[in-house]
Amino acid sequence: MIKDIAHSISLLVANRPGVLVRIALVFSRRGYNIDSLVVSPTLDPNFSRMNIIAHGNPEILMQIIKQLEKLVDVVQAKDHTGTDAVEKELALIKVRCTPDQRTEILQLCDHFHANTVDMTATSMIIQITGNSQKVDTLKSLLQKFEIVEYIRTGKVIMLRGEDKT
Amino acid sequence: MANKTLSGAEVIIECLKREGIDTIFGYPGGSAIPMFDAILDSNIKVVLSRHEQGATHMADGYARQTGKVGVALVTSGPGATNTFTGIYTALMDSSPIVVLAAQTTTPNLGKDAFQECDTSGMTFAAVKHSYLVKDSNDLPRVMKEAFHIARTGRPGPVLIDLPKDVTAGPCTAPFTDQMDLPGYKIPTYASTESVEKAAEFLKNSKKPLLLVGHGAMISGASRQVRELAEKLNAPVCCTMLGLGAFPVDHELSLGMLGMHGTIYANKAVLDCDLILSIGSRWDDRITGKLEVFCKDAIKMHIDIDPAEEGKVLQPDVFMCGDAKLVLEQLLPMVHKLDTADWVKTCQTWKKRFPLTYPKQGGLRMQHVIATASKLTDGKAIVTTDVGQHQMWVAQFFHINYPRQLHSSGGAGTMGFGFPAAIGAAFGNETGWPVLSFSGDGGFQMTEAELATAAIHKLPIKIFVMDNKYLGMVRQWQELFYDHRYSSVDMMGNPDFVKLAEAYGIPGLRIKRAADAERVIQKALEYNEGPILIHCECEKEDNVFPMIPAGAPLTAMITEPPKAQLEKPTGST
Repeated sequence: MIKDIAHSISLLVANRPGVLVRIALVFSRRGYNIDSLVVSPTLDPNFSRMNIIAHGNPEILMQIIKQLEKLVDVVQAKDHTGTDAVEKELALIKVRCTPDQRTEILQLCDHFHANTVDMTATSMIIQITGNSQKVDTLKSLLQKFEIVEYIRTGKVIMLRGEDKT
Repeated sequence: MANKTLSGAEVIIECLKREGIDTIFGYPGGSAIPMFDAILDSNIKVVLSRHEQGATHMADGYARQTGKVGVALVTSGPGATNTFTGIYTALMDSSPIVVLAAQTTTPNLGKDAFQECDTSGMTFAAVKHSYLVKDSNDLPRVMKEAFHIARTGRPGPVLIDLPKDVTAGPCTAPFTDQMDLPGYKIPTYASTESVEKAAEFLKNSKKPLLLVGHGAMISGASRQVRELAEKLNAPVCCTMLGLGAFPVDHELSLGMLGMHGTIYANKAVLDCDLILSIGSRWDDRITGKLEVFCKDAIKMHIDIDPAEEGKVLQPDVFMCGDAKLVLEQLLPMVHKLDTADWVKTCQTWKKRFPLTYPKQGGLRMQHVIATASKLTDGKAIVTTDVGQHQMWVAQFFHINYPRQLHSSGGAGTMGFGFPAAIGAAFGNETGWPVLSFSGDGGFQMTEAELATAAIHKLPIKIFVMDNKYLGMVRQWQELFYDHRYSSVDMMGNPDFVKLAEAYGIPGLRIKRAADAERVIQKALEYNEGPILIHCECEKEDNVFPMIPAGAPLTAMITEPPKAQLEKPTGST
């Protein structure tokens, strides 16, 4: 059986109302879930860049990408899975901690080049950027403390070198 | 040119004129009044349907007949939702229509105002593209883009959601040919590499088969299809919507393949060493069980839609482009093949396994259809609804010309045939009569359009093939569900002759096979407008050949089975 892996899909779309629904429908029609989604305008405000992470059968995802490309508002759809691209995400992790737990947490942060962006007598918010695996690892290490909440931006993707994504 | 004095609605109507539209189909309502008002001052003919579904199918039938864009104009809320079946039908069969749907005013959007509905939101999945226009000044560009998108590439439905303040308010933007569609690509020629590869595969084929679909028709490639078939000396089969793109009476024709296709077409599919699809999308109705479909044959695919590549099966060669242009690329690269034995084999099958139907018992729909085909010499525009009669039209009406048969293929929309015949009649420039075949079930879904046909005195021969059952469902229940008939009895059918007469349309009746020729001839000679022919048919007849859904082509049933069959594994 073909293994379901996470695919990194990058879309260049016309910046118009409804475009996100049209894209979401291509996934939902097959019962596919979007794991993460990042949208932002490009340098040219008429267009937006979307980065989507979705799990599923690679053949079906390939088909989904073709159907995305077919949408009138989609200028370009590409699968960057396994390509040489910079893939980063940012996470905020809120941890409940007593003052004497802080040192250990700060040591962890230091190791992962994460920052504390909020600190109270009973809690800290840690900001980490990096690839998904790095974020996952820090999160699991922090689990020995009480993680109150956490949120991630989802992956942003950019091709290395001069070429456009 | 600035149109300072024009309203949004007037601009819309002017844009229709500029697109060459002379006839539209519609039904008014509160939000649509500005557009219906503006159209009074134009020379565009508005065909008032009796239901918005009817109007949309008419636009679709008009589009299929003419190859031009069909237009439906409806009001907001239920007016718009009533078009959805028609929009989806057009999408499934790649038919170019533009639906102008009125909407509440922009300040009322999202506030549950009277007859407000999120029309564009609800139709995203059923359109090729759509617009919600919030500024009157966008209208000239949106109209230009909508028609362009509907008709080009793989055609399809485009919906424009038009708030009343946008149509009633002034539009000061100039008419334009400028479009802003950076993401819209129209494939033309296929890559040389792919066509060369296809030519190479063809060179080595001993048993090639051409599979012709609707794409060939839409592209206007019937001449090229014929040239290719004759140059290669290769047999040709058609999908239902491909019928007419290659003449069924041509000696290389094997007719329709698939679930209810001819035995010889399906035998050829099973036995060929190469199959070239020209604008067909390997629908489950033609492949049967996919895993074994043309298992050892080279599969080649021409399609204008890049997303068709590998959607159903992965071909050995995919040529992305317009069927006509790709065939023109391919033709100079191919030569006559050594296929004499293969063609002879196919022709032997054709003689040995002809399409037949039982002559005993009550009136057979097949007999009515074959007689109509004979009496018109196959020179008629034919529309069908969905079900048994549809398959029998595909089997027994000799379809030899492109755009001669209009039927809801992908969607299988009951209620399509009759309004589609009305639309086709408005676009019909052949001088041939329009024959509308419907079952008693489907006809009753849109029969209110009898009024529309009567008012415009359209030369439509309305065949109601009445077996007092939902015949195809009944057939499945008989064959696969142990004769357990569930909700298929059409008890309560009206007297269709009287029904026609109530609309001022004459009605004829056929009850016996012996009467068919005389009555149909009479209907064909009637020149005063529509005429209805009520055919009281054998109640429990079955369409054969039949391949149970999801079964391999080898599982074809050619005559009534002696024992109960297993329930089909495929869809419907």
